[in-house]
Amino acid sequence: MYDIIIIGSGIVGSLVAYDLSRYRLKVAVLEKDNDVANGTTMANSAIVHAGYDPEDGTMKALLNVRGARMYPQLCRDLNCIIKNTGAFIAAVGEEEEQVLDVLAARAEKRGIACELLDGDTARGLEQNLSDNVTKVLSIPETCIIYPWEVAYAAMETAIRNGVELFLNTEVTGIDKVPEGYLVKSGTQAYEARMVINAAGTGTAAIDHMVSDRVDFEPRPRRGEYFVIDADIDYVSRVIFPVPTAKGKGVLAVPTVHGNTLLGPTSEPIEDADKKETSFAGLESVRQQLQKTMKNPPLRNVIRSFAGIRASGTSADFLIEELPDAPAFVHAACIDSPGLASAPAIAAYIRDTFVGKYMPLEETPDAVMTRPAPVVMKNLTPAERDAMIRRQPLYARIICRCEQISEQEIIDCIHGPCGARSIKAVKKRVRPGMGRCQGGFCEPRVAAILARELHIPLTEVLLDSRNSRILEKENR
Amino acid sequence: MMKHYDAVIIGGGSAGLAAAVTLKQNGLENIIVLEKDGEAGGILQQCIHNGFGLQTFNEQLSGPAYAERFIRQAEELNVPVLCNTMVTHMHADRTIEYVNPEEGYQTVTADVIVLAVGCYERSRGAVEIPGDRPAGVYTAGQAQRYLNIDGYMVGRKVFILGSGDIGLIMARRMTLEGAKVYGVAELMPYSNGLPRNIKQCLEDFDIPLYLSHTVTHIYGRDRLEGIDVSAVDENLKPIPGSEVHYDVDTLLLSIGLIPENHLADEAGIRMNPRTRGPVVDENYMTSVPGIFACGNGLHVHDLVDFVTLESSRAAEGALRWLKKPQNDSADILLQAGEGVSYIVPGHVHADMAQPCELFFRVTAQFDTAEVLLKKDGEVIRRTVRRKLMPSVMERLKLNPADLPADGSSLTVEVRERNTK
Amino acid sequence: MTTKELICVNCPMGCRVQVEMEGQTILSVSGYTCPRGKEYAEQECIRPMRILTSTVRILNGEHRVLPVITNADIPLDLMAEAMDVIRGITVEAPVEADQVLVHDLLHTGADVIASRSMRRAGN
Repeated sequence: MYDIIIIGSGIVGSLVAYDLSRYRLKVAVLEKDNDVANGTTMANSAIVHAGYDPEDGTMKALLNVRGARMYPQLCRDLNCIIKNTGAFIAAVGEEEEQVLDVLAARAEKRGIACELLDGDTARGLEQNLSDNVTKVLSIPETCIIYPWEVAYAAMETAIRNGVELFLNTEVTGIDKVPEGYLVKSGTQAYEARMVINAAGTGTAAIDHMVSDRVDFEPRPRRGEYFVIDADIDYVSRVIFPVPTAKGKGVLAVPTVHGNTLLGPTSEPIEDADKKETSFAGLESVRQQLQKTMKNPPLRNVIRSFAGIRASGTSADFLIEELPDAPAFVHAACIDSPGLASAPAIAAYIRDTFVGKYMPLEETPDAVMTRPAPVVMKNLTPAERDAMIRRQPLYARIICRCEQISEQEIIDCIHGPCGARSIKAVKKRVRPGMGRCQGGFCEPRVAAILARELHIPLTEVLLDSRNSRILEKENR
Repeated sequence: MMKHYDAVIIGGGSAGLAAAVTLKQNGLENIIVLEKDGEAGGILQQCIHNGFGLQTFNEQLSGPAYAERFIRQAEELNVPVLCNTMVTHMHADRTIEYVNPEEGYQTVTADVIVLAVGCYERSRGAVEIPGDRPAGVYTAGQAQRYLNIDGYMVGRKVFILGSGDIGLIMARRMTLEGAKVYGVAELMPYSNGLPRNIKQCLEDFDIPLYLSHTVTHIYGRDRLEGIDVSAVDENLKPIPGSEVHYDVDTLLLSIGLIPENHLADEAGIRMNPRTRGPVVDENYMTSVPGIFACGNGLHVHDLVDFVTLESSRAAEGALRWLKKPQNDSADILLQAGEGVSYIVPGHVHADMAQPCELFFRVTAQFDTAEVLLKKDGEVIRRTVRRKLMPSVMERLKLNPADLPADGSSLTVEVRERNTK
Repeated sequence: MTTKELICVNCPMGCRVQVEMEGQTILSVSGYTCPRGKEYAEQECIRPMRILTSTVRILNGEHRVLPVITNADIPLDLMAEAMDVIRGITVEAPVEADQVLVHDLLHTGADVIASRSMRRAGN
């Protein structure tokens, strides 16, 4: 019997688990995939928006501003990368300039620093800003993070504090039982007094398992992106066009690892699992980018990808207890600025709903900080030598592009929320993220996974559960 | 105390071994080869097919056999090869930082450095194929490693994008191991592989080659389930409606090789945007004095025999430079004119003492071509060659007498001969 | 009379060789650059011959498989059978380069030999 079951381990589920792990509560997280944060959290623009964008009076406005202010401390505690790059919102022509004034007023009211710059001043700071840009709203507070890392670090810390994570556990049914809920996954069942549904694009389907009064429908949207080689310095800040009814438009975003993201598109799709890119979508990124940017570095694309946003029929976040299912709480319609809001969403769920049903008594054993993983590339020579004396495999480089050692890969497989696939390793320690995109290291990473997990090489997965990379032993 | 070497050779593949052997044979004693893999030989160890060594040994060796000859030679000459050793940094002052499990991180200096770092394969990101991101999409070299070194098949229903030689070789190899290879699609109107590989890897096994075609969609959530292949127009854009669907579980990409250039970049070496390797002079010296480059890390070769030849010459260049350092930038530019995509070396010294062989590639297919060497717009040499194609590297001898005295440039041009 | 155009596979030049034939009789060969090209074209018209390369399972070696090669051409039409033989071979490290693993493969006169030497793992 758990106090709380969290469904989904994206940025919201992971931060809820992390936050609750400081209390005397028995918490389980059910994740349908074979790794944490493999959906929406894995593929987005990675921006901590400052919070000037959402309309007054919305949950989005409230939680975005709060969440953005929680991130610096959260990232310090969890040893995650955060970079304060600032952002430009670039207007073309008078009509858009007026929108900047509205946003600037909103920002000031919410205590977000901002400054209006003329086009040439802005171009002096961002050389690839289009010559058509006439005015810019500069938001110095905007940050970028590696969203997956925050989710993973939070979950890892939660697990160290006693939270149980069940991977490959897709919720197939939920029964109401006298003490709460019986959450089923195939033949497995988990009982809890309270359920927090943070299943991203799957939230509605799970709601329907317990409620006849689900007041929204999922409307997932797909966004396509290009990733530009880290060698190219294209922008130093996040560059937004002026937002329209369709969304935030196509951005140019520096990433914490030195790449640039160009995108996203925003296209409604039927099947939230269809994370595929299209000619039309990528062409649209190229076209839309021209509105605010020049010299697009499209010859240096190293990858393109699509991410799915968990949008729904509600324009605002829906964070509420279901009317006909007491102690069943969902976080629905978490689209942009969901990432920026996530720490505040977790706090809101705790204060508003968890506190209502159970005492929030802190446990003295909980450690809310995460030790930094060993990253050889970032150590001083003396520190590196000390590590190698302890374990020579820290000196065996597997990924030549990113200079990652064998032991760093082994560490991430044996961590509390260990990697179980090539992509899971890639997300944790980044082999294959460099310019060769895994050409050299992938077979070596596969061999390490097989050895460390005691599985045949033919069982090694690229990513999801059925994504085996090898067909059979030959000989 | 920092160790110092007469020469550090980065890379223990065919280029590095040939350079090391030549240096040692010519009396350079204090040298070392740094190899990132667990054994020397480089990519040849997974190229188990025959066809190597016709020029060098007048034999048809397999890749591993060719490699072993040089590994043996290096052993006999007592050339130390440090395996599992990754060079992490190289600086213009010829300090090198490397790391391996035996010694940890080391910093060494050298009188000369030979960059023999090889190349890497272009991957899916470089060609932007729309669709899913399932398992089952590999570079041809990855699949080759899984099959020939590790002993595993990546799939059984295969399509290949790109007609590079590794892809063609893998088409035959996987067919012989029981896979069904449905075809090879090549974006260009000509093959990027050698003619003999089209014959013995595709035609021998009735595997179709679709020129002016490309893969336009990838399907499969977990493992690859299928692809669409479309014809392309003269601008290389897919023609709507021409899609043909193939149910395959494997897509191999053989879409080009790129010199491994990050060490050269870091040292501030001037690069050739066409080859994507360093610009070198007739001694194979880069723009940084004392750093030389050869093999696929300089420009991608069609044959290992030329890698060997070039690497020996780079070693000879290094030896000449050690005797008489000439650090002034080479003054005569060698320019790729019409019909030529690149020339290596990129420039030579006006007082070059001995003839030098130029390597170049053409930009298109030529049936009967005139190869022109031009000085100030004036043709100074004209040769006629049959059947030139981008997949085959061409050679041209440059004599000291060909050089302009006033330090201008020379141009190599290739055009179809006028058949009136 | 028929004319066949062939691409010689002996070396990277890939010469286009023309063979004029009357039934099974070769009348003339042209377009080759070296004697190998002529021999190849003649043989190709009668029974195509190729080198076969593959791998065999090796026990206790540095790798799971050992590359192998036939030390002479074998008929192209025997490739499938030859692969069956190769699939059945297991060797044990150490192995020397050129070590004969199968004598007279399918009575072709060619042997299957090791492409490289391979030490025992860990040595």
